Amino acid sequence: MELLGIGILTWITFLPIIGMVAVLIVPKENQSAVKWLPLAITGVQVVLAAMIFFNFDKGMTGINTLEGMQFVEKATWIDIKGVPWFGRIVVEYFMGIDGLSVSMVLLTALICFIAVIASWNIDKSLKGYMAMLLLLDTGMMGVFVALDFFLFYVFWEVMLLPMYFLIGVWGGPRREYAAIKFFLYTLLGSVLILLAIIALYFSVTVLDPSTGEKMYTFNMLAMMDPANFEPGSLLAGVGTQWRYIAYIALFIGFAIKVPIFPFHTWLPDAHVEAPTAISVILAGVLLKMGTYGILRISFPIFPDAANYFVVPLAILALINIVYGALCAMAQKDLKKLIAYSSVSHMGVVLLGMAAMNTQGMVGAVFQMFNHGTITAMLFLIVGVLYDRAHTREIDAFGGLAITMPKYTGIMTVAFFAALGLPGLSGFISEAFSFLGAFQTHRVITILSTSGIVLTAAYMLWALQRIFLGQPNEKWAGLPDINGRELSALVPLAVIVIVLGVYPGLMIDVLTSSLNHLVEVVKTGAPMALVP
Amino acid sequence: MSQETILQLSTVILLLPLLGFILLIFFNKRLPRQGDWLGTGILFLCLLLSVIVLAGKLGSHHDEVLQFKFTWVDWGNVPGIGPLKLELGIMVDNLVAIMLVVVTIVSSLVHLFSIGYMHGDVRYGRYFAYLGVFTFSMLGIVVTNNFFMMYVSWELVGLSSYLLIGHWFEKKSASDAANKAFIVNRIGDIGMFTGIMILFANFQTFTFDDIFAAIQSGTIPFGSEPWLTAAGILIFAGAVGKSAQFPLHVWLPDAMEGPTPVSALIHAATMVAAGVYLIARTFTMMTADALIVITYIGAITAFIAATIAIAQNDIKKVLAYSTVSQLGYMVMGLGVGAFTAGFFHLTTHAMFKAGLFLASGSVIHAMHHALHHAGDHHTDPQDIRFMGGLRSKMPITFWTFLIFTLAISGVPFTSGFLSKDEILAGTLAFSSLNGHAIIPIIGFFVAGLTAFYMFRIVILTFLGEHKDAHRIQEIHESPFTMTVPLMVFAALSFFAFYSFDPFGASSGWFYAAVPRPESVVPGTVAAPGVAAFEEALHHSHSLAMILSLTVAGIGILAAFGTYYWKKISADAVADRLKPLHTFLMNKWYFDELYEATAVNGTKGLARAYAWFDDRVIDGIVNGVGSWTRALTLGTSRNWEEGSLGAVFYKAISAGLSIYIGWLVTSALMSPEPAFGEMLWNGILGLATAGLTFFLFFVGVGGFDNKIVDGLVNAVAYLAGFFGLISRRLQTGKVQTYLVFVIFGVMVFFLWFR
Repeated sequence: MELLGIGILTWITFLPIIGMVAVLIVPKENQSAVKWLPLAITGVQVVLAAMIFFNFDKGMTGINTLEGMQFVEKATWIDIKGVPWFGRIVVEYFMGIDGLSVSMVLLTALICFIAVIASWNIDKSLKGYMAMLLLLDTGMMGVFVALDFFLFYVFWEVMLLPMYFLIGVWGGPRREYAAIKFFLYTLLGSVLILLAIIALYFSVTVLDPSTGEKMYTFNMLAMMDPANFEPGSLLAGVGTQWRYIAYIALFIGFAIKVPIFPFHTWLPDAHVEAPTAISVILAGVLLKMGTYGILRISFPIFPDAANYFVVPLAILALINIVYGALCAMAQKDLKKLIAYSSVSHMGVVLLGMAAMNTQGMVGAVFQMFNHGTITAMLFLIVGVLYDRAHTREIDAFGGLAITMPKYTGIMTVAFFAALGLPGLSGFISEAFSFLGAFQTHRVITILSTSGIVLTAAYMLWALQRIFLGQPNEKWAGLPDINGRELSALVPLAVIVIVLGVYPGLMIDVLTSSLNHLVEVVKTGAPMALVP
Repeated sequence: MSQETILQLSTVILLLPLLGFILLIFFNKRLPRQGDWLGTGILFLCLLLSVIVLAGKLGSHHDEVLQFKFTWVDWGNVPGIGPLKLELGIMVDNLVAIMLVVVTIVSSLVHLFSIGYMHGDVRYGRYFAYLGVFTFSMLGIVVTNNFFMMYVSWELVGLSSYLLIGHWFEKKSASDAANKAFIVNRIGDIGMFTGIMILFANFQTFTFDDIFAAIQSGTIPFGSEPWLTAAGILIFAGAVGKSAQFPLHVWLPDAMEGPTPVSALIHAATMVAAGVYLIARTFTMMTADALIVITYIGAITAFIAATIAIAQNDIKKVLAYSTVSQLGYMVMGLGVGAFTAGFFHLTTHAMFKAGLFLASGSVIHAMHHALHHAGDHHTDPQDIRFMGGLRSKMPITFWTFLIFTLAISGVPFTSGFLSKDEILAGTLAFSSLNGHAIIPIIGFFVAGLTAFYMFRIVILTFLGEHKDAHRIQEIHESPFTMTVPLMVFAALSFFAFYSFDPFGASSGWFYAAVPRPESVVPGTVAAPGVAAFEEALHHSHSLAMILSLTVAGIGILAAFGTYYWKKISADAVADRLKPLHTFLMNKWYFDELYEATAVNGTKGLARAYAWFDDRVIDGIVNGVGSWTRALTLGTSRNWEEGSLGAVFYKAISAGLSIYIGWLVTSALMSPEPAFGEMLWNGILGLATAGLTFFLFFVGVGGFDNKIVDGLVNAVAYLAGFFGLISRRLQTGKVQTYLVFVIFGVMVFFLWFR
């Protein structure tokens, strides 16, 4: 699919860059242009994402076959011969999506659009802010469409820098600490990913289609085919020590992003300090890059290691779910509470992945999408309150249901979606993750269900302290939610409800690819140690 | 009536209240009378349709199970399984058809009653919207043909219950009760969900008939009978939560914080009966062991709740514990194998208990009005000790209340007599089959207690003299919208609606419509079959009737003797049994026990984890950062004077330095060193240690500053220069930074071309 001779994936990825340049050219005084331009750009991006979504062929599998990928764009980007030490370096501009990434593309476009709406009330150097936001947008979108590992890594790093500035410049009182922590932590992960990339690069060879000579490649799909591993190279074979080490390095790199216990402590700090829209993006999209990376890269490239480490993965999922929920329960700051709830909810994604079967994987990927929309709502809601009251202390409020009825209504939808109420999307993905995981890990899954109760407890407890009870005199004059804020929240609420009632809308695009992924992971591991 | 019509009508009945909810939640402020007519009208329409469905089902499809399925989620061609679909659907058998009528009768009459009772409420329109969503969810539980939709509706009734208990959320006690109801229910729900997971993992379907057929054909979960029993008990855990069975019964009495019509609808007649309905639905897959667990849970619940009920003074609390006790009865009835009787008691109880709650609502309404008129804000309008003599002022309420009380006490010619008697006969049959004699003993004892505490309320509320001569002047009968529902429920509490024989339900249409299903579990773990049970039941029937009439008579007489004729002084008895009375009045201290263990335990754990996260996990993260800084900047620039971190750092670096020094010395030493060599190597070692420590102390950066800088000044200038640039960068001048990025992107494109 092409627009003006350029592939739609290139458009959707680099459109924000065009927007960024435009925003930078616009004079600072023209505030309305600085507001409307990014909105228009991300709006077009949503339209593009919708076009991709509706033109997506649900029957195609993708994952490890080029034929199964859709909207593919493939060209040589870098081709340098005779580099000392490396020989010939070929990097491809290789993009394509399948059922695994299409939901993430849609989510990214949607969340960025909503983040722009939520950013309109930024007063400090809006121009720079919007430029950074758009650059971040490109980085995230690129991660979800790249199929060349080098390209993937470039986007992965591109995303890091604007995030650092967005937290460090536009954040709360401890913004510098939070930004540095986020940056260093993620950089540590990136280094590990880079090491794994280099190890893979020197193990996988393909034949150059034009000259027929053997060459190393960054092509992810080539890495998924065991036949392409050069005999005797570091990562050749099945179930070797170095493959496990490479898997763990990649895993830690992605785990920091998810974040998986014990690499999660950057998250509460980053969330608390980041401006509302950035928290929305952080929780809505960035966290998914970790689990997406595991599903897109770690599982199909290292099916042997994935199966070997499946029980530890499930245990980490359990820890994330229960530990995150308990930490959330003890928080006094609403935003921190929601940050920890993200840890808990991402644990559900991990549990679904650890299931290693279709029901669980579908649950996991669907949960990635749903957590994106639901948590985005939650952070927007906190932002609305903080903008008015300038505090997020849960105990400082009370009785807001009377002063802010509309706000309370939309918040109730978000809170109940977060605690997994049937009829709302979060329930379906949670239920499927658990149902799938139970078939593989009985005890761990049963223990994880305690998270369902704990989530209900801390969510309802927070809801009660903020919204119920006698109205607090101090907040009597708080205005109810306004049109701009509603326009950011209502689309998300609609999605949450529609997908809760009719999940097939999203699940149908996932199943072909995820069925294939499960097969790849299962059959690609003759020495699998699934208990 | 054709099968399709029945199924279509059932779907319409299910969806109409949802439509009502959607309209009311968005538009209640804009509708005349805030839309109460809309919600009520919809429910009466549902009632009409339900009666048609029941008539059509019993009339033309008496023994069929009508079903309709559709694919909701398609998982595609799943590796290892093949094509897998999640099918949902609805089914109508006689159980469903009867439940439809029960739910819609109670719900429509409660809607009608609420028009009077909730008149002038702050959130009047929203209240009716919530009633709508509740009815929808409850009907969802009833008509579903699969566990998935059952669980979905199960949680949704939990939500409606939460919203309605917390209707007056300005009161802390109300929002607390709402939270408690939701969370305690969720504990039961995860049990149920685990049970569903076991079934799904083995059968790859949620549909009842597919699962039961698979079990019947010999496929049992994980190929082991204990797993089948576990699945049954875990499914039952859902019922324990929703039907307020021991040990999760604690939420129901608190739920009385909600408006009284809500208590009648949700917390007496329908939602709490959903657990019983669930057991009836899944009865066929319960093993003998699972049924024994169910029986004992039911019996314990019936006993505990009845003992608590006799010591309560709040009229709604007594009724709430009475509900818990009666639910225990139903559960016990199903557990012993008296399937029809248990479900029959659900039906009859729904009518007279909804009536009791609405009648108590009528009393509270009148008391509230009178107290308000007298400007009395201290007297509790729900406390029966401040009532009495209301009979003459509120005749309709009194007579209907009396009929309901007769029914719940099991007096002949009432519906309650029929159903209770059958359950008690079932317990006798059960004990004769397997020797659990305690079950019928509890059954009859609780029957006597029920009669006693129910007549206690009647006497204290309606008979005798009112406690305040002025107040009684202001007590009036409630309006028609409230008394009509009472009269309808009173009518429905007579035997004739269920069986024309006042002393035996088994000859009526109800028993014919809902026979006990045969078990599908393997014969080795099944409970005694229908034939054996019927045989035992036959022998215990007359004994059960005599005993139940006796205990009911004793209970009623004791109540009159104590509270009406005052032959026995209630206070003297309470004084003599002081510890027991306190124990019962405090509800066996369940709330205190749970508060001390589960609630505080979880909160404590949460605080401990949060502390661990903040101090230990994040402490390590920050520690790594801090020590790295110290290594580059030196201690003095990293820590403040006397900080603990610095002391640790210095101690460890000193230890490390000495160790390195010792390593150097010992490495240099020859096997038999001379004294001079020893001295020299020692000095070298010490010097190394000293230098290392110095490096640790001032940091690599500090070392750089103090030593290298001193030697190479040019480097210092260069460093200063870079420092300047990096400082510039960090002042937030984004444009500067962006120039680099744009430059990068340009390179990116150039390469690409």
